[in-house]
Parts: sequence; structure tokens; C-alpha cells
Amino acid sequence: MNETIVTISGIIGIIFVFWFFLMKKEKKEVAVIGSVDIIVEGGYSPEAISIPKNKTTKLNFIRKDSSSCLEEVVLPDFKIRKHLPFNEKVVIEITPKQTGEFKYSCGMNMFHGKIIVTD
Amino acid sequence: MNKIKKTFSIKGMHCASCVLIIEQSLKKVDGVSEANVNLVTEKATVAYDSDKVTDDKLNSAVANAGYKAFIKEELQSEDKERAEKQKELKDLKFRVVISLTLGALVLWGGFPTLMDTSPSILKNFWIQLLLATPVQFWAGWVFYRAAIPALRHRTANMDTLVVIGTTVAYGYSAFVTAFPQVVQRIGTEPMPYFDVATIIIGLILLGRYFEAKAKAGTSEAIKKLIGLQAKTARVVRDNKEIDIPISEVVIGDLIRVRPGEKIPVDGMITEGDSSIDESMITGESMPVDKKNGDTVVGATINKSGSFVFEATKIGQETMLAQIIKLVQEAQGSKAPIQRLADLVSSYFVPIVIMLAIATFVVWYNLGPEPALLYAILNTVAVLIIACPCAMGLATPTAIMVGTGKGAEHGILIKDAESLEIAHKVKTIIFDKTGTLTKGEPSVTDVIAFDNGKENEVLRYAASLEKFSEHPVAMAIVAFAASLGKSSSHPLDKAIREKAETEKTELFAVDKFKANTGKGLEGEIIIVGSPKKFYFGNRALMKDISIDLGAHEIEIEKLENEGKTVMILASDSDLLGAIAVADTVKENARQGIEELKKLGIEPVMITGDNFKTAMAIANKVGITRVLAEVLPDQKEAEVKKIQAENKIVAMVGDGINDAPALAQADVGIAMGTGTDVAIEAADITLINKDLKSVAATIRLSKMTMKTIKLNLFWAFGYNIILIPVAMGALYPSFHILLNPIFASIAMATSSISVVSSSLLLKRFRLNGTQTKSLV
Repeated sequence: MNETIVTISGIIGIIFVFWFFLMKKEKKEVAVIGSVDIIVEGGYSPEAISIPKNKTTKLNFIRKDSSSCLEEVVLPDFKIRKHLPFNEKVVIEITPKQTGEFKYSCGMNMFHGKIIVTD
Repeated sequence: MNKIKKTFSIKGMHCASCVLIIEQSLKKVDGVSEANVNLVTEKATVAYDSDKVTDDKLNSAVANAGYKAFIKEELQSEDKERAEKQKELKDLKFRVVISLTLGALVLWGGFPTLMDTSPSILKNFWIQLLLATPVQFWAGWVFYRAAIPALRHRTANMDTLVVIGTTVAYGYSAFVTAFPQVVQRIGTEPMPYFDVATIIIGLILLGRYFEAKAKAGTSEAIKKLIGLQAKTARVVRDNKEIDIPISEVVIGDLIRVRPGEKIPVDGMITEGDSSIDESMITGESMPVDKKNGDTVVGATINKSGSFVFEATKIGQETMLAQIIKLVQEAQGSKAPIQRLADLVSSYFVPIVIMLAIATFVVWYNLGPEPALLYAILNTVAVLIIACPCAMGLATPTAIMVGTGKGAEHGILIKDAESLEIAHKVKTIIFDKTGTLTKGEPSVTDVIAFDNGKENEVLRYAASLEKFSEHPVAMAIVAFAASLGKSSSHPLDKAIREKAETEKTELFAVDKFKANTGKGLEGEIIIVGSPKKFYFGNRALMKDISIDLGAHEIEIEKLENEGKTVMILASDSDLLGAIAVADTVKENARQGIEELKKLGIEPVMITGDNFKTAMAIANKVGITRVLAEVLPDQKEAEVKKIQAENKIVAMVGDGINDAPALAQADVGIAMGTGTDVAIEAADITLINKDLKSVAATIRLSKMTMKTIKLNLFWAFGYNIILIPVAMGALYPSFHILLNPIFASIAMATSSISVVSSSLLLKRFRLNGTQTKSLV
């Protein structure tokens, strides 16, 4: 009896973990013109932003999360690796020359954000 | 009075009235003559008498208006980062000490065999609960604080695993302590596992402490480069020498540098001479002699004489600033090899949680008694042993150390991808002029054919050449200009003597035309009528159907000596020839030999004819030569070698051969760090030393070896130890992994990856180690 309960609970647990972490819907991107505050706390909020091509956009990263995991942000397509001091605004200016989706992450690539560049 | 101008940031402005308020407040300060505030850039520019006004006075003037000034902004942010890191390490250390001390007490009272020696009070479950609780929720709070917000984003990381693992162990133990009879009723001995939870937290925090310390070492190169910057400059203004902060130096300032001092910005010497140690920028240990008219680079050190130079580049334009920017960009870029690790780490933690649940179910259903305990301990072991951090750290830490190491030796790598490709290079094409040779050709022979006059040959040639910017042309014009003067140019004695009697004056040239890769043509008025002159190589002579005839032997002789021969013709007559030779760089042969030892085929490409090219190639030890290649064909030649299925690097000056550098898999510029060269190349060698080409390849090979080792370790660790933690070895060998050992393995795995990257620092790039401050 106990075995059956544990097995069923386990299967439900595995399905839940799969659904919760791996099936999450991507959030709709926030359209940004000029400047945006990105809160760094357990991830990036907003997670996805869309910005115009050939225009300079200021990404203001504010780290509210004291975890050392998020202390660096890396935008590889823009060749930027920046230290984010706790509770401080760090402004990263980018002027994308190409349209497309550009992912960024924390220093260890555990948390992700996305920049969509549109015409 | 000592008037200076300063620009600094101001925070908190919203509207135009803020601007007025701040300006008024700054102008009220005694000694301030001008104050302009810009709302858009959030910056104030203030002109003031530095004898009367201090930074503090400006700060308080802005503060009195209700805003905040950041006068020493850069220094503050750097200091702040360091202070923050130190505070974090101190806090971490405190948590480690407390949790390991309390954990040790719990372990003494709870671990089989050890507990036999412990005082009875430690064996009390409630005391153990009391000791474990601060460890779990105070020391371990760092894990909860990171995991909870991540869960809100439906993301899981390392902290999530630690939180679930230790909470399960702590929660079960607390339950056993509070309700032992319930556990007993289901047939399990009521035994808490507080030691597991506390020791795991203590050890993982300890691992994190060492990891943070080691990680700081990976970005050391950048910090050292920033630290090279001089703080002040001694500027000569109104015939007085005053020390001012480097941020206040403007282009055109005359700056005095005394022996032993650091040169503050880039510029050109206007007075005096000296020997300068440029090792911190170029990696070259020998000091360089500089005199009036020579350029100097900021952050290098004046060894002997005192001199004055004019500032030509300041702030972000200086070579040091460019180097810092380039290294920072390279460290922010991603190596292609990292893709797999990126892919795995994005699924890793959820998969581990699912495996942990499966482990629990299997052990509970199929494991030996007490099944519940086995199930819990093995589940915790799986959660704790998994280490996504090692995978995330494997590549970037090695890239950071590798690019920093390169910068130390004057090797500037544009991005991680270039560093990665360089280790696969099989063929390196060298441009001849300025790369294998010094690029400063001088005239060696002037020959007049058929009883003509040598000075006439020179006169016509120089007249045509003065329109051209080709280095060969410049050598000829310089030679002609020096005739008749007492020149220090190392010329043939006979020619100089002759030149002293015949002053060379240049003709006016009409209808000048440069035939790229071939030579020049133009009309010169001779005795009232225009006459067409041609000056160039064999290809040009062929174009105008001039046969070299009997002079072929003379020309070939010069070419076999490695000299470039330019032929002068007028209409259909051969008039003469001028031979120009360039000196091979001192380290060229050694540099090529080192590449051959690495199994790389060196190739030389040049516009020269085959004989001249072969003579130079023989001197440096190159056997494959691509001669008579017009500048616009270089790119196609690179493509041809690539078509042989070879990864090709092209080494050039970065200015004249930009398309070929771009076409090559790795473009290497032997430049002086100019914007153009850096832009065109994947790798820039600022020391112009050919041995650095082999050093670059060695650096790439070593960095890639480290990355592969790191990835192998990070993947291998997880692939092997996660199944062991699940109990894969139990059926055959009865081996299980204690969660405490799992935490030791986990903590050491990421430290070992970072340490392995740091080992790159010890790697010697050159056979002879160059001195460097970085």
C-alpha cells in the first residue's frame, strides 16, 4: 500500500518538476525604447525585452539578489561581462546592429534573459 | 591661481530646474568660475581654482542643492566592488566557522562510532535540533535567499539543490525528534540526521569561500591593467610645471616626465630623449630608445632621461584604455566550445531533481530495511553531489585567464572564438613587407642603362614616386631628398659623394597614374615637350611591351640578393633600374622555426617577383612562397589555401591587408595597437615580435587544453558520481555515498575547475620569459 502511494507520488513529483521547470512558457517580451530597469532577483525581470536596431538602449541592471550566482551578467553577443554590485544600478549601453534574438545570462549560465532586436 | 576644469556625474536630476539649482549652488562656491550641468548626460563641468576649491566643497555644494555628485566615481566603484567582495568573504567565513563548529558538535553526538566518545548532552536529539537550527536557517539562509526568488521565475540552480537536500535531512530529523513514536510505528528506528544537514551546509559554504577567492584571481589581469594607469601628470602651463589629475589632461598639453616616472597619456616627444620601459604594454623586456618626434605610450615607464611630450591621446583613446577595453570584451565573449555545457546546464538541475525523486521511490520500494532511511539519505546524496557550477565555470574562467595572460605579453585577443580557432591553425600566411621585414626599405642600387646617368634615373623615378605612398616609393623619395645634403642615412659612400656634386631637383609630373601592384606612370616635360615615363616592375614593363633584353642579367642578380628592383622606362626606351631592400626582422627566423616545431606550415605572400621573394623566404626559413600577388588578390590566395581543408591564419600589418585578414580563419595584425589594426584583426600583436605568433598558438593550445580538461572533469564528475549517489554500485559492491562525502566532492569539484584555469597563469608563453608587470 505504502509502496503504491510512494510510487504514484514520485511519478506525480517527476511530472510536476518537468512541467514546472522545463515547460514554462516564455514570457511576452517588453518593448523598450531608450532605457529599461532590469531587476536581478532569482532571474531577470523583465526576462525578455525587445529593442530597436541601430539605436542605443540603456539596460539598467539592479541586483536585488545577494546570491553570488547572479553577481555577474554576461551578454556574449555584445561582448559584455559586467559585475553587478548588490543593490546598485549598473548601466549597460548596447547599440545592436543586427535584428534577432540575443540571450544573456549570469556568469555561470544558470539564469537567462533575452533581448529581441527588431527593425 | 591654478585654474582647472572637471567633469563629474550627478544623480537625482529630473528637470531643467534641477540643472539651474545645481549650477547656482556650484557657482556660489568661492573659486568656481564656471559651472555647466547637462540634464541628458547627467554630468556637471566645473571650472575652478584648485588652490581654493576641493572635491569635498563641490560635493557638499551639490548635496546642499539636494543631489548627489560622483566626483571620484570610477575609483569609488572599483573600491566599492573590492570592499563588497571582502565583506562577502568575511561574512561567508563567519558562517563557515559557525556552521562547521556546530556541525562538528552535532556529528560528534550523532555519528555512529564517534558518538560513543561524546558527552551525553550532545546525544540528546533536542540539543542536536538546537545546534542544527541556526546552521540550517541562519548560515544556510544564503541558499534559501537565492533559491526562493529563482523558484518564482520557475528556474532552479545549485542553491535549489542544496535547499531541497538539506531541508529534507533537517525536516526528517526534526520530525524524528518531535514524533519518534510515529517513525517507530512504521518500523524505522527514530534516528535524526542533523549532522548530514549541518555538515553539508558548512562544507558547501567552505567550498564557496575558496571558490570566490580563486575566482577573484581569474580577473586579475584586468585589475592590473587598470592599475597601470598613472594617477597624475606634470603639465607645463604658462611656463610652470603643475601636477594635475590625469582626467584633467587635454590634447595638446605639454607634459614633463622625469626619470623613473610613469608616462601619463599617449603622445609625441617634443623635447629631450630617453630610454623607455614598455614591457607592461608590449611584453618586451628591452627598454626602447625614444627621441624628439617619437611616440610614447601612457603607463610605460621613463627609465633614464627627462623629456617633454605633447599629449595626443587621452582618456578612452589611449592605447592602455584600448587594451583594457579589448581584454574586457574578449572576456565577455563566449567560446563555441561552451555551447554543449550551456545546453546541458540549462536542463541539468531539473533533471537532477527528477533523478532524486526516482532514487527515493526505487530505494523505498526495492531497498533493504530501513528502506525509508536509505531512500532519504540517497536522495539527499543525489541532490548534493550534482554540481552544475563546475560546468558553468569550466570555459569562462579559462578564457579569462588565457586572454589576460595574452595581454600581459602584448597579445590582444579580440574574442574567445579567435582564441579557440587559433589552436587548430595548420598554415600561417605572412605578409612580407612590415611583417617579416622591418617595412623600412632603403635604396641600395641605382643603375643607368646604356651610358645613361644614374642621377637622371633617380631624378625621373623620384619625380614619379613623390605622388605615391607606397613604402618603396617613400624610400626612393627620401633617398632623392637626401642627395646633396649631409645626410645621416646609411647610404653607399660613392653615391653620396656623387650626390654632393649633383643636387637632385624633382620634375613636375602630369597625368600621374598608379597601377596597383605594378608601378607608376606620368608625363614629364622635357625640353618643352611632354614625355611619358614608367617606373615599376616587370609586369608594368610587359604591359607596355618593353623587353628587358640584355639587362635581364643585372636585374636578376639584384633580385637574387632579395632586393626589389624597379625599372624606369620612357616610351619604349629602358633607362635604368633602382633596387630597394628591406631588412628582415631580427626574430623572424626564430619565430618561423618555432611555428614549424608546432607543426605549422609557414607561407610568405608578397607582391614581389618570385626571385626576390625566395631570397627573403630563404633568409627566414620559409619554403612555400606566394609571389607576384597583387594586393587585391591576397584574399583569394587565402581562400585557395583554405580550400586545401586547412585552418589558415594570416599575419599582416592590419591596414593594407584587412580583407585577407578578414578572410583568414584567424587574422593576426602585427600592429602598434591602432584602432584600424585592432578592428581588422582577430588577434593583435602589439610588440611586432614574430615569436609572438608562435606564442599565440601555444597560448591557444594551452587554454583549449585547460578548457577540455575542465569540461571533462565537470561532465565526468557528474556523469560518474550521480549514479553512484543513486546507489548504482550498491547491488554489486554494497557501496553507497554518504551525503557528507557528497558535499565534500561537490565543493572540491568547482574549486578544482577554477584552480585548473588559474594554473594557466604559470604557463610560459615564450622560451625566454618576458618581464611583465601584469
